[in-house]
Amino acid sequence: MTTVSVSAKPSVVRRRVKFTRGWFSRVVVWTILLVGSVIMLFPLIWMVSSSLKLEQRVFMFPPQLIPNPVRFQNYVEALTYKPFPVYLRNTVFIVVMNELAIVLAASFCAYGFARIRFPGRDFWFSTVLFTMMVPYVVMMVPQFVMFKRLNWIDTFLPLTVPYFFGGGGFNIFLLRQFFRTIPEELADAARIDGCNEFTIYARIIMPLAKPALITVAIFTFLNAWNDFMGPLLYLNSPERFTLAIGLANFRASFGSGLVSTGAGGRSRWDLLMAFATAMTVPVLVVFFLAQRYFVQGVVMTGLKG
Amino acid sequence: MKRLIRWLKKPAGRRTIVGYIFIGPFILGFIIWFLIPALTSLWMAFQEWNMIVPPKFIALDNFKNLFKDKLFWQSLKVTTTYTAISVPLSLTLAFIIALLMNTKVRGIEVFRTIYYMPSIVPAVANAVLWAWILNSEFGLLNAFLHAIGLPKILWLQEPKWALPAMILMSLWGLGGSMVIYLAGLQGIPNEFYEAAEIDGAGSWAKLWHVTIPLMSPVIFFNFVMGIIGTFQVFTAGYLITNGGPQNATLFYVLYLYRNAFQYLRMGYAAALAWVLALIIMGLTAFIFRGLGGRVYYEQAG
Repeated sequence: MTTVSVSAKPSVVRRRVKFTRGWFSRVVVWTILLVGSVIMLFPLIWMVSSSLKLEQRVFMFPPQLIPNPVRFQNYVEALTYKPFPVYLRNTVFIVVMNELAIVLAASFCAYGFARIRFPGRDFWFSTVLFTMMVPYVVMMVPQFVMFKRLNWIDTFLPLTVPYFFGGGGFNIFLLRQFFRTIPEELADAARIDGCNEFTIYARIIMPLAKPALITVAIFTFLNAWNDFMGPLLYLNSPERFTLAIGLANFRASFGSGLVSTGAGGRSRWDLLMAFATAMTVPVLVVFFLAQRYFVQGVVMTGLKG
Repeated sequence: MKRLIRWLKKPAGRRTIVGYIFIGPFILGFIIWFLIPALTSLWMAFQEWNMIVPPKFIALDNFKNLFKDKLFWQSLKVTTTYTAISVPLSLTLAFIIALLMNTKVRGIEVFRTIYYMPSIVPAVANAVLWAWILNSEFGLLNAFLHAIGLPKILWLQEPKWALPAMILMSLWGLGGSMVIYLAGLQGIPNEFYEAAEIDGAGSWAKLWHVTIPLMSPVIFFNFVMGIIGTFQVFTAGYLITNGGPQNATLFYVLYLYRNAFQYLRMGYAAALAWVLALIIMGLTAFIFRGLGGRVYYEQAG
């Protein structure tokens, strides 16, 4: 993008042109990216800023960007008004179960697909790829009917048990790709030492696959923590709600917010933003701690898919 | 039988048993959570069923009703419009941003982080936040319009503005595809550019004849994933506008959800789901055939 070469001119001149143009376009590029970053960050800043405002100060036009006074009490109110700890506990439970299920089941299946040669393997692997491409919506209604027949509605079972069966096509695919890169010699050496496939899986492959497993674990966390449709369909009683459903209900109980109906019926945007911020912060913390794995996961799905 | 047992005792047979033990969980899961529901769904599409009275076979009536259903066409129109604008727009922007970042400017890691962050904000938090940003009286967006001297827009109350508001909101999440583009760009070997420069190629020529052809698999991937994703958009329409105003944001999956879980028309919902699946798969196949041939793949080494 930045370099311009004029082939007819001597190379000395060319380099000078390149340098000055490069310098100028670098500043332009940097400025554009900076402006873009501000735009991308603004909604998040707005969320945090609104969450710290006094109720009346939320409804000011034009709005203040920096809350004055800063009211941390909003967080106390938002997180105690509805049983936030209960939602948090439920969400964490689902996340932990999904982690357990997916990391174990997906790596186990991926080992079979990646490291053992047997008739029918390629057929089943293409089935894995096929399940990744069918829209979830097609399964939504019949799965609901099925869980209703099983009497699983309003339990955590529909949101956890299915993951123990293979852990999802995407995760199997990602781990298989990684397992295939581990040299076969390691497994052969282990075989000579008397290891069978199961011990090779547990003692050799799993420890070596830590980066890929972490990537899978992070995306599992993200999906389970953020999931809205699943809990919306399967959880009915408030004591089983997750954070996502809790926030959605919190919004409903504080007015639709679509039409502001004046002083009496106004939405408590300060509290809503406090709840939303509280729900977003853990995701961002995980993101910052494990950015490397995030990028790796996105790239693995995007480039090797 | 005897031969089978003898074969199973051999290394190849033992390996097969072990292999099926490893992939067994997937096969079981595929049958229980995928195959059976898919077949049930196909069967349901030809029934009238509210989960209370036993289902009644009505042949193709669900599909016939569907084509007479004004809300079906409305939801299809809304979703198609949303996809047709949101996907190309966000992918183009994401590509441009990735190109700019790939010029090795300072602070690329910081930029990448900032642009990617919004795409991992939980969907519900995202919806609540944008409901507030789009708030006509005190929202951030109208404050911005006010600051540059434009009148306020009733984003969520006026049918003609509600869908553009949703599209705007979707652009905030372009970081995901941007990161994929960026990784792809960083994977292009420098020799290609050097060779192009020797041939006298300028920046534009390099973009058109080197970068875009080499990036075509990634562009293609993002495009297909974008279409599959936007056709299934639900949370924003459900939480921010509940399909309104005047069904301007009645997304397809929202209409399907209402049929299944509010009106309890399970058979009809199953029919809707299959129509959507056919649309998505048809589109994907169409893109594969139309663009697939033009996508450049490096020879597998």
